[in-house]
Amino acid sequence: MDFLKARLTLGWALRTPLNIALRPMNTETKNLQSSRIRAVISTATDRLAGSVFILPTVLALLFLSIFPLIASLYVSLARFDIVRGGYKLTFVGLNNYKKLFVGSEGDHFLGKFAPGTPLTWLVFGAVVMALAVFLARYLLSARVSIGGLIGRVLLTLGLGVLAWMFVHTLWGGGRLGTASVTLVYVFVGIFFQYILGLMLAMLTVQNLPGRRFFRVVFLLPMMITPVGVAYMFRMLTDTSKGPFTPIWQGLGLINFSWVNNAWGARTAILIGDIWQWTPFMFIVLVAALESQPIEPIEAATVDGANSWQIFRHITWPAILPVSMTLILIRLIEAFKIVDLPNVMTNGGPGTATQSLTYHAYINWRALNIGASAAVAYMLLFLVTFFSMILVNLIRQRAVENL
Amino acid sequence: MNSKNMLLKLLSLMIIGGVLLAACGAPATQPPAATEAPATTEAPTAAATAPSAATEAPAGKMYDGVTINILTFVGPQVAEPLQRRGPDFTALTGATVNIITVPNSELYQKVLTDATSGTNAYDGYLFAPAWIVDFAPAGLIEDLTPYVKKDKDLQWDDVAPFFRDFNSYDGKIYSIPLDGDMHMVYYRIDSLQEAGLEPPKTWDDYLAVAKALNGKDLNGDGTPDYGSCISKAPGQQSYWWIWSIAAPYIQSKGSSQGAFFNTKDMTPLVNNDAFKRALEVYKETGLYGPPDETNQGVGDSRGLFISGRCALTMDWGDIGTLAIDKQNSKVIDKVGAEINPGSKEVLDWDTGKLVPCDGTTCPYAIDGVNHAPFASFGGWAGAVNAAVDQKKKDAAYAFFSYMAQPAQSNADVTVGKTGYNPFRISQFTNKQAWIDAGFSQTAADNYLGGIEASLDSPNMVADLRIPKNHEYIQVELDRILAEYIAGDLTTDEAAQQLYDSWETITNDASRDEQLKFYKGTLGQK
Repeated sequence: MDFLKARLTLGWALRTPLNIALRPMNTETKNLQSSRIRAVISTATDRLAGSVFILPTVLALLFLSIFPLIASLYVSLARFDIVRGGYKLTFVGLNNYKKLFVGSEGDHFLGKFAPGTPLTWLVFGAVVMALAVFLARYLLSARVSIGGLIGRVLLTLGLGVLAWMFVHTLWGGGRLGTASVTLVYVFVGIFFQYILGLMLAMLTVQNLPGRRFFRVVFLLPMMITPVGVAYMFRMLTDTSKGPFTPIWQGLGLINFSWVNNAWGARTAILIGDIWQWTPFMFIVLVAALESQPIEPIEAATVDGANSWQIFRHITWPAILPVSMTLILIRLIEAFKIVDLPNVMTNGGPGTATQSLTYHAYINWRALNIGASAAVAYMLLFLVTFFSMILVNLIRQRAVENL
Repeated sequence: MNSKNMLLKLLSLMIIGGVLLAACGAPATQPPAATEAPATTEAPTAAATAPSAATEAPAGKMYDGVTINILTFVGPQVAEPLQRRGPDFTALTGATVNIITVPNSELYQKVLTDATSGTNAYDGYLFAPAWIVDFAPAGLIEDLTPYVKKDKDLQWDDVAPFFRDFNSYDGKIYSIPLDGDMHMVYYRIDSLQEAGLEPPKTWDDYLAVAKALNGKDLNGDGTPDYGSCISKAPGQQSYWWIWSIAAPYIQSKGSSQGAFFNTKDMTPLVNNDAFKRALEVYKETGLYGPPDETNQGVGDSRGLFISGRCALTMDWGDIGTLAIDKQNSKVIDKVGAEINPGSKEVLDWDTGKLVPCDGTTCPYAIDGVNHAPFASFGGWAGAVNAAVDQKKKDAAYAFFSYMAQPAQSNADVTVGKTGYNPFRISQFTNKQAWIDAGFSQTAADNYLGGIEASLDSPNMVADLRIPKNHEYIQVELDRILAEYIAGDLTTDEAAQQLYDSWETITNDASRDEQLKFYKGTLGQK
């Protein structure tokens, strides 16, 4: 109420400046003037108060999120040296990034590029065609905008470069670098986690005996610390001393080891990761499935729709927004995988199972902090790139639903 | 009402503004400036000679109320004796000892982060003495020379000369050895005798013996066993094994020649036929080892050897003491130890080719074989944080001294679970302690003889002790070796990549400075 009064007074004061100036000054006028000044100050403090009260929080947030980002950017452009009495950061420009792309760390980060084979060009050509079609369809659509075009060109270029990297390192004598290995963990892992999580969720929303018990059981892997999961899977995949040794012996595979082969080791890590994170998908999807309205399903059932038709046309659209958000959260988290490769395989054989976080960690533990920050920044770019794609898809979906 | 409200608002704004101004204006706690000279180290007080007092059980507790935090790698080995003897030290001196452990791979950065950031959460470090070259010039660890001089109970002269030297830098002592490290080859006496084979003298012999015994049942359990067990997991100990194999191919003219870099120009001695041959030998040992050896650390190899599953292995002194463990060992009195195998061909540094051993090329050869035993890692050693207060420095030094004194050390080195190996002259001469620990006379002679032969070798190779040695060895060599073992790199590619990456580190760190350090560690001017 006071606030309203003050604003009215101020409005009146602003509307009648000449009247105030022309009138002779008497006591009443003086009082009026003083009252108006107070009102102006009051309004100003009202306006400022909100900003000032939230300022400490804003500063704290900026300090905790923006400052480390800027500081680590500087560190990625510097070399760390120990000097008498402490340490020294020497600015080296883009040297740490140069090492990652064309220097001594190139093979480690991007992988070993093999000469192109017919298969390489076939797959890359197909990807380029698909990206060209995607871009052309947008350009021919009625909703072209400058921002949208820039975004899609960047997306096309980014995916094109990643496709180039994959087709040259995936076969024909090539070797995946830590960037590609991370993408394999993220996309293969999330794909299986989502499918399995959805299947289990579908199962436990049915009216089956013991479903409550199994809901709890299915959640257990998520409760275990990742290092614990890693040690457990290391033990399980040990063919000579692990609990499955008799089985391997029986199958004549006693001299087989998962970790002697790059894809065997990556598969072992993926199995551990899928085992641990499927429950996260499962529990959220159970909630999504149970919160969908029952009426459309009942109506479809009365109309004679079968289970697949109900899922495809009613359930799937209903859980899609939740699914997209779920995948986005897992995507951001999955890029940071480090515990499983560190404990299960020590990043081996060779560097076959090293993720980007593990790559950064190796540099960090040698106090090669500049190189470590450069790897971490490349990870940030990748996470941001794929998160932006997903966020845009979610936004697009939301607009279509309006 | 209006005035009161306004006054309150103004007051709030002033308070918040004041707080913000105060926060901005308050002097922040400064980390040590990069170029700031370290505080002058005070001359050690009488308290610094505490170890003498500690073992003599003084009437008064000299370090009552002092708590020291010692950082080392996660046990059970190495940390175990510290944890076990900590309470005894407390009873003697009054100082409370906290042992903090971190994974071995994180120890280096943990020490440096703690010291360079000014956190100084640790008063002492039990680490690799090769790291002294990073810590001592930066003034991060205390010069222990004055402490050692006053400490008669430490019996510094009894420490083997190599370990005295390896724990010093620029003529000053910076760490106290609790462990002596030397690689040796261990073999199964019974298995070799049964097969009519001799213990390997060269690395070619090693491969031949491993091949001959691979797949044989070595422990009588009906399961085929392995010819060789040398761990190959990335991030573990591979970078040390490879240098034990490479050393006799590269260095032949005495310890001062060096085996890592060319002392003319600091170029790495890796892109040549000698190092390539070592790579091939190391990789071939995997053919006669367990299937998952590429993911095994030294603990796995030791476990396999003492359970009787391996004919040969390479290790520090630990196998000798683990093999007499009545509870776990199946190879008691069946283990022989000898100086690391050598080579009949050595590197011609000018051409990069291997040439046959003769009187000129291999002046220290034994029966035509050039041995170059590798003192990898150099043994665990205790250093004191230079930035903590004097009382804590004294107590930390006293604790390391207490651990290293013969009364404690002579017992600890005979027990396998400690991870400590002999480093005192008296530990080699007094064999009774070993016999009391469970060695037979023959086993004690054999085990200690192997270490002594390595330590006495005029062609011994010390571990790399130059700044950034962690990056040269434990990052770049480790990664490239892992990729080579996995088959991702050919021998030539691995040698070339290692050469390039080491050159990058040298150039970044200043070639002249690195060369100066390197020559200094070899005793060259």
